[in-house]
Amino acid sequence: MAQMTMIQAITDALRTELRNDPNVLVFGEDVGVNGGVFRATEGLQKEFSEDRVFDTPLAESGIGGLAIGLALQGYRPVPEIQFFGFVYEVMDAISGQMARMRYRSGGRYSSPVTIRSPFGGGVHTPEMHADSLEGLMAQQPGLKVVIPSTPYDAKGLLISAIRDNDPVIFLEHMKLYRSFRQEVPEEEYTIPLGKAEVKREGKDLTIVTYGAMVHESLKAAEELEKEGHSVEVIDLRTVMPFDIETIVASIEKTGRAIVVQEAQKQAGMASQIVAEINDRAILNLEAPVLRVAAPDTVFPFSQAETVWLPNYKDVIETAKKVLTF
Amino acid sequence: MASKTKTTLADSVKQLEKIENQFETLQILNEEGEVVNEAAMPDLSDEQLQELMKRMVYTRILDQRSISLNRQGRLGFYAPTAGQEASQLASQFALEKEDFILPGYRDVPQIIWHGLPLYQAFLFSRGHFHGNQIPEGVNVISPQIIIGAQYIQAAGVALGMKKRGAKSVAITYTGDGGSSQGDFYEGINFAGAYKAPAIFIVQNNRFAISTPVEKQTSAKTIAQKAVAAGIPGIQVDGMDALAVYAAVREARERAVNGEGPTLIETLTYRYGPHTMAGDDPTRYRTADLDNEWEKKDPLVRFRKFLETKGLWNEDMENEVIERAKEEIKDAIKKADEQPKQKVTDLISFMYEEMPNHLEEQYEIYKEKESK
Ligand SMILES: Cc1ncc(C[n+]2csc(CCOP(=O)(O)OP(=O)(O)O)c2C)c(N)n1
Ligand SMILES: [Mg+2]
Repeated sequence: MAQMTMIQAITDALRTELRNDPNVLVFGEDVGVNGGVFRATEGLQKEFSEDRVFDTPLAESGIGGLAIGLALQGYRPVPEIQFFGFVYEVMDAISGQMARMRYRSGGRYSSPVTIRSPFGGGVHTPEMHADSLEGLMAQQPGLKVVIPSTPYDAKGLLISAIRDNDPVIFLEHMKLYRSFRQEVPEEEYTIPLGKAEVKREGKDLTIVTYGAMVHESLKAAEELEKEGHSVEVIDLRTVMPFDIETIVASIEKTGRAIVVQEAQKQAGMASQIVAEINDRAILNLEAPVLRVAAPDTVFPFSQAETVWLPNYKDVIETAKKVLTF
Repeated sequence: MASKTKTTLADSVKQLEKIENQFETLQILNEEGEVVNEAAMPDLSDEQLQELMKRMVYTRILDQRSISLNRQGRLGFYAPTAGQEASQLASQFALEKEDFILPGYRDVPQIIWHGLPLYQAFLFSRGHFHGNQIPEGVNVISPQIIIGAQYIQAAGVALGMKKRGAKSVAITYTGDGGSSQGDFYEGINFAGAYKAPAIFIVQNNRFAISTPVEKQTSAKTIAQKAVAAGIPGIQVDGMDALAVYAAVREARERAVNGEGPTLIETLTYRYGPHTMAGDDPTRYRTADLDNEWEKKDPLVRFRKFLETKGLWNEDMENEVIERAKEEIKDAIKKADEQPKQKVTDLISFMYEEMPNHLEEQYEIYKEKESK
């Protein structure tokens, strides 16, 4: 097995599916010769030709619309949106078109498109690069939204996303791209969409999270352990549709939960998860389910990022409120 | 039937070729600094010519310093400008103070010369909101990150000027890549439909990050995109300050006379990387191409032109360089003195009146940030 960063695991997944399926096409801004601004598509154009891995003109709405059209011709597009803050440019193609294709055509057509895109704070980008917009995507019926937190998961989830016959938004946290390496099998494997993973078992509290916050939550869990609290951490991996069964099973054991997201608090994933927990497990709860989230401003100018982004200390603080309720 | 269709299309193909070939590049100074187009020579006094040169020299130094400050971690986001001085500064030089600039991320020099204090430009780079708090009376908005967004906004600014009866223009900038965005087409089309006093500049530096302009469009020029919007378009040598000035000045006159917008494509080149965040131009450009363009350098040719006229010498150049260095140092110092921005600042800018949930969060972050 090889040691891979998340970005390498992503390249590996793309390579695997370009090899497996002649209908897979990879395209976007600077993904060809340049290998993408983060090098996620490094070497792929060389290996698979410009027919299958190609640069587009600079227009996100164009990229989205092109993907829909290619899918209608039987291809399996894997476009890249260079940074997810630019998704507003392609909202109609995603939410107005792709997400509705199966429904609108009564099942006749579909959009087996996987949109990959970097997002996430902590790397001091200019405005509109780092926003966590999974909640916006998750609000659109017809889309699946996947956010890996490790290199291993990134490869298995991306392969599943590409093979999925519905549109998948695959969000890659920039801070995790190169922050650590992990053993990743060179051969192909899949991780099912919609399945969470229990990253750490515990008896007193359940932390439900995803993306970069998985790592903050694990760190918080370790700290809490030292103080005698046994904390379970669940990585959703797919945020829509999310694995409520795993969450409920955990809460039946712990009786307490918090939800941690990097995104702003308002109308986000965490709210949705809390609501589902209340619907299904309220009688198992010993305390209200609290959220850890960023404040309700737009993503901050880079100088204020550190305080703005939730971190393990915020997780500990909220965890303690629930543990001592 | 079939042959007739073919003939008609063949005519259209010829017509396209004809139209495309009509877009010639306006040049006034050649690479040697010689005037090759006397008729197009703009009306500029000796002092104005010297001032334009000073600004180009100053801005080249600013670029070099910004790059090294970025490498030292003393600046943040920065998109290098060397090579594009004529496109950027001569176009701004053709404006009046009341004209409004809507820049892209690389167009910081234009807004500095239009009045944005240097230390604020540095704060913008550092990701501090004060960099975007444009002083009263400076008619610019902070650089747009979303490629193309400024183009359609420029149509709005221009229409507003027209409705108010103001004798001013809106000018906006994008790149060869930006000319592929929907907003680009919408901007020139809206402004055309309203005959709004707008100037649309495309700085065609041949690359959008790594993507060459040939992959951006099958149009032979970007200037010709104006035809579809029913507005005039012109391609100019973007390394020639006089050609850029002349084109923008004339576009401005047309605009304030109620004749509508103009699209100007400036052929230029960025010598440096796309931004300082890890771009490596050797992955997508050859040294030959770099050399070819460096021979066209806007400062070199303008300097030769001025020297021949006896309007420029080494002392003058050194004086500008020293002044630039001094002012940059002071501006960095002033930027350093700016209070660190807080999350509470950002919360307070969200709405005119703070809603209850934000008031609550304001208190939480005030507490956090006081520690
Ligand atoms: C809507 C949007 N898409 C993509 C980007 C990322 N991006 C920043 S600059 C750039 C290339 C722009 O090229 P061009 O318009 O030619 O301008 P230049 O950088 O050459 O001045 C890209 C793709 C962005 N900032 N905004
Ligand atoms: Mg360009």
